[in-house]
Amino acid sequence: MTKNILLLAHLDESGNGLPKAAGEALGAAVELAKQLNASLSIGLIGGDVQAAADSVANSGAQRLLAVMGSDFAQPRFASDLLAAEALCRTASADLILAPATSRFLRALPGLAHRLNGRVDTHITSIQVVDGAVCATRWFYRQRIEGVFQRDARPWILLLDSGCHEAYCGPSGKAAIEEIAVALPSEARRTTIAGIRAPKSDSQTIRPDAALLFVAGAGWTKKQPDGKSHPEQAESLILGFLRASGASLGGSKSLVDQSGENQAVLGFMTHLNQVGQTGATPRHPKGLSTCCHGEEPHVVGWRFINERRAINLDPNCGWARGKADVLYVADAFEVMAKVNDLLKKPQS
Amino acid sequence: MSNGYHIVVCGSVVPDPLQTLEPIETPAGPALKNEMLLPAVLDPWAAHALYEAANLAAHAAGSKVWLVSLGAKAKLRQVMMTIAQKVSFELVPIDGPASGFADAHATAALLAEAIQSITGLDRSRLLLFGGWESASRGAGVTMQLIGERLGILDQFQGVDQLRVQPDGAFEILERIEGGRHQVSLCQGPPALFGWATGNLPEPRNNPQIGMANMRAIMPALQRAKTAAPAPDAIRYRSASPPKQQRQTRIVKNLSAEEIAREIVAWIEKA
Ligand SMILES: Cc1cc2nc3c(=O)[nH]c(=O)nc-3n(C[C@H](O)[C@H](O)[C@H](O)COP(=O)(O)OP(=O)(O)OC[C@H]3O[C@@H](n4cnc5c(N)ncnc54)[C@H](O)[C@@H]3O)c2cc1C
Repeated sequence: MTKNILLLAHLDESGNGLPKAAGEALGAAVELAKQLNASLSIGLIGGDVQAAADSVANSGAQRLLAVMGSDFAQPRFASDLLAAEALCRTASADLILAPATSRFLRALPGLAHRLNGRVDTHITSIQVVDGAVCATRWFYRQRIEGVFQRDARPWILLLDSGCHEAYCGPSGKAAIEEIAVALPSEARRTTIAGIRAPKSDSQTIRPDAALLFVAGAGWTKKQPDGKSHPEQAESLILGFLRASGASLGGSKSLVDQSGENQAVLGFMTHLNQVGQTGATPRHPKGLSTCCHGEEPHVVGWRFINERRAINLDPNCGWARGKADVLYVADAFEVMAKVNDLLKKPQS
Repeated sequence: MSNGYHIVVCGSVVPDPLQTLEPIETPAGPALKNEMLLPAVLDPWAAHALYEAANLAAHAAGSKVWLVSLGAKAKLRQVMMTIAQKVSFELVPIDGPASGFADAHATAALLAEAIQSITGLDRSRLLLFGGWESASRGAGVTMQLIGERLGILDQFQGVDQLRVQPDGAFEILERIEGGRHQVSLCQGPPALFGWATGNLPEPRNNPQIGMANMRAIMPALQRAKTAAPAPDAIRYRSASPPKQQRQTRIVKNLSAEEIAREIVAWIEKA
């Protein structure tokens, strides 16, 4: 039986608030605590957590614990693990919920070992079935969905973003129980030197965009006139991204080319790759262009709700139940018109 | 660095991503239909880790690379036929399940044990490599648990770049949200790196490397111990393929202008 639920969260990059995914995990934790009649604690990690703690002061959590200070401000496996361990032990948590942020995905699986517990990541939902907590996640890169439970406790569950309503309540004045954690020298062997981001004009990955725009290798292939038109492709794609605010994804074939020859769509990197060995982004809509829609690519579209594709080939993968609409057309022509329309205000 | 690194890469075999996967129920839990008949590949992100390991070893004299792999012996043999031609390594095979439904905790225990039993492994020079997520479980759990079992406190995931600094420290780029990288500096080994794609192309097949590797790989496969992961209390209620198959509307006879209007209307619809 689950008695103590702990919601673990870290501060966002601003160092003030909580990441969106943490609000969603808290939403799930509040709901679960009610269903299981369990007590809920919140454990925060970061530099100065007061503002974040205040924002969840009315969530119904019995305890608001924190490991804070400059040693814990930045993501680092060794320090995050020590902080999380101290919070879990103080809360005597048997079920630990946390957002699947890059920071926590890099550290909380290790926590399971320290607590002699179990961990599961990329959870898309948590349900109580016949009194038992059941988690859902995808296996084989979004090809098979599994629902499972574990008897071992503590059980750590990292929830993917976009899978639960975020907690939303009025802020208040939180009374924080600070847990002191001393960082040994072995935990300081790594230091964080900052974040490297593409220049703002080539920042093409926008996780919060309403639309994912996918470019495939067709953009750089020979066209009906017998030539390839990479410059035109580049200007059409970038023009569309600017006008629509969409996030840019690419097929493996296209990003691999970019890696080998920077002249081909220079703004495409492996970080843009969608699919089996790329990302599985979450956006309400997705538009695929010049991409064949092969299975290793389309598994990356699992969390794209509405899907449309433009392809010259009426028998491409998208035609086979993978898109809602397939436009059999030349993407160069269509995207030029789309860009024109987006520039002109619609009547 | 004097004497180089001891790089242990953990990587298993997974079904070729072009295959259709169908789950079935077995008394031991879910499994893939015809799993043993599906062609297999080395887990893609682990393969990147292996290529990065070989590249790093080539630039640090005295280094050595091991590939520790838990999988069905027949599948390991099949995959080694190609992988062994790419880069030099010593295989440490464990004959056991590589299923995505097998528990990461039990898998990590077996792999950690295998690493601890490698003769001549210098743990002070150890760099533990693997994929940041597998193509089977896709959880990013196994490597961290192995690292914990081996007492490695410097761990990095989603690694795209590892650069050795003149003083022997590492500069590491890890993937974070929004297509960016976190840059870290680590004093040196021992450390763990869960690789994403990295920067290296897949090495071409080199039959000479293949022959040299296979001389040790075949006997290692013959000697491979069969391991049964400790039964864990993970209980599956269901395992099913996605239900949604879309009814694709195929639009063939519209002009580019008409399609563009339809697309813009769709994009702008809330
Ligand atoms: C281990 C492994 C992992 C993989 N992982 C991934 C992954 O993560 N992501 C991924 O994407 N792939 C992955 N793949 C590769 C995948 O199988 C396909 O090879 C790849 O997705 C093909 O990319 P593409 O559709 O862009 O290119 P192509 O197959 O070359 O298709 C190009 C398409 O462009 C169309 N086209 C050309 N010109 C035009 C035009 N003017 N207008 C409209 N359409 C046009 C053509 O009709 C064609 O359909 C993986 C493969 C393996 C073996």
